[in-house]
Amino acid sequence: MLKTPSQKQIKLYMKFVFLICLIPFIRLFWLGFNGDLEAQANPIEFVEHSTGYWTLFVLLATLTLTPIRLITKMAWVVQFRRMLGLFMFFYSCLHLTTYLFLDYNFLWEDIIKDIIKHPYIIVGVIAFILTIPLAFTSTNKMIKRLGKKWKLLHKSIYLIAILGVLHFWWLVKKDITEPLIFAIILLVLFGVRFFHHQKQKRLAK
Amino acid sequence: MIILPKSDIIPSEITSKSVFDNRRQFIKQAGFGLAAAAVAGNAFGATVKSGVTEGDARLIGRANAPATPKNIRKPRTKINGYKKTAYGKGLKLTEHKHVTTYNNYYEFGTSKDEPADYASQFKTDPWSVSIEGEVKQNKIITLEDIYKKFPLEERIYRMRCVEGWSMVIPWVGLTLADFIKWAEPTGNAKYVEFISYADRQQMPGVNLPVLDWPYTEALRIDEAMNSLTLLAVGLYGEVLPNQNGAPIRLVVPWKYGFKGGKSIVKIRFTEKMPRTSWMKAGPNEYGFYANVNPEVDHPRWTQSSEKVIGSGLFSKRIRTKMFNGYTDQVGQMYAGLDLAKHF
Repeated sequence: MLKTPSQKQIKLYMKFVFLICLIPFIRLFWLGFNGDLEAQANPIEFVEHSTGYWTLFVLLATLTLTPIRLITKMAWVVQFRRMLGLFMFFYSCLHLTTYLFLDYNFLWEDIIKDIIKHPYIIVGVIAFILTIPLAFTSTNKMIKRLGKKWKLLHKSIYLIAILGVLHFWWLVKKDITEPLIFAIILLVLFGVRFFHHQKQKRLAK
Repeated sequence: MIILPKSDIIPSEITSKSVFDNRRQFIKQAGFGLAAAAVAGNAFGATVKSGVTEGDARLIGRANAPATPKNIRKPRTKINGYKKTAYGKGLKLTEHKHVTTYNNYYEFGTSKDEPADYASQFKTDPWSVSIEGEVKQNKIITLEDIYKKFPLEERIYRMRCVEGWSMVIPWVGLTLADFIKWAEPTGNAKYVEFISYADRQQMPGVNLPVLDWPYTEALRIDEAMNSLTLLAVGLYGEVLPNQNGAPIRLVVPWKYGFKGGKSIVKIRFTEKMPRTSWMKAGPNEYGFYANVNPEVDHPRWTQSSEKVIGSGLFSKRIRTKMFNGYTDQVGQMYAGLDLAKHF
């Protein structure tokens, strides 16, 4: 277990984590600029999958902080939750933009048909819509203003995570290895929370 | 902990591909073990057991060389003496590098870049194809004899994948109709089944229960006899690269790409409609016909438009055409057939 860092150290760590979270984004730009994307057989799919993958990855990372706190008692790690959550929103915006612009060229008729007819897209869109209020209530001001309701609202991240993994699962044609890995990680994270709550209940008795 | 996604990797970014690939296979096997255990107890064992038949391996009589993933590709060999044709004149060809590095060939891995690497050591010589079922007489023909016996021609065909992308490929091959006439099916032959090679040693994907191996595809006899249907042995005037289904594969341009079985070792004529690998894998998603049809969506994604491979990051989708644009040549075979029901 790490010693609780000072607020100054935490600020420094945050800058570091911020830069790390930017790497997938910078990498895409880099691949775009040096022509690697253009030279690919299916660059649109590549960008779509890449941004989608990192959305899920950062989402799971966000959900890892509470279990870390519960297991290691390092309460300060939870301070990174907002930044990671916002990065997840950032990557989901890029993912959606890729779909709307690069993949479907803003052909709204086709897009709406695609969304209505295909469960994996519906699930993805719902997950995205649910993320918007979370992003917009992430400021200190909103946390104060909403009080208890804030906590309840932000519980929807669990639903978003399930929908996100489902979105990936249904998209895959046959080889479900990767979505399965995400699903297992998600289950473990839920499991840690569940057992902790059970323990709390028992202790309270 | 970082698990890199296969969909997020550009081959040039990877320093040690062999190490990385082996990890992917390992993760996949672990993943499938778990999935199978969770779904149906012994599904994992059961599916794999139905894989390679001893007969296939003996028929071809090839040594079981271990599959070593390396970036060494088979040398490119020109095919001599094929006839150019007017098929596909004016279509813009998909670049050779895309045709040979963006492949669906699950026996060599389920991501698009895996076949080009894993198939590089695949042995296609000696090779023979056995003819069975409703035929006057079972026979075996070697690849050399196929080259000798049948006139080869180049045909430029559109290829539409069920996943929503397309290519234009200059195939070299023989018409399946010529081959079938030589095979002499009996009057009972209503369908033709194409069985691909499956070898756990050489094909890492065959160890995974992704599909029911060996890969099996089939056509109605009139579809097989249609003048568009090819047995391809080459592309871009050269011997088929391994990742494209060497040494001999099926090409059916008005159907989704998965109908084109690769590395064919057996052609069987049947009276009843065979159940193909993809029909078994997803009966409500993959039908026997699998004709390209913009009106009938895949249950999970649209088929009304497609992405053109190699057209870049800011290219537009194009509209998918009925029968992939080959209605004039094949439309009459499906007159009166409900194509939404028989997808």
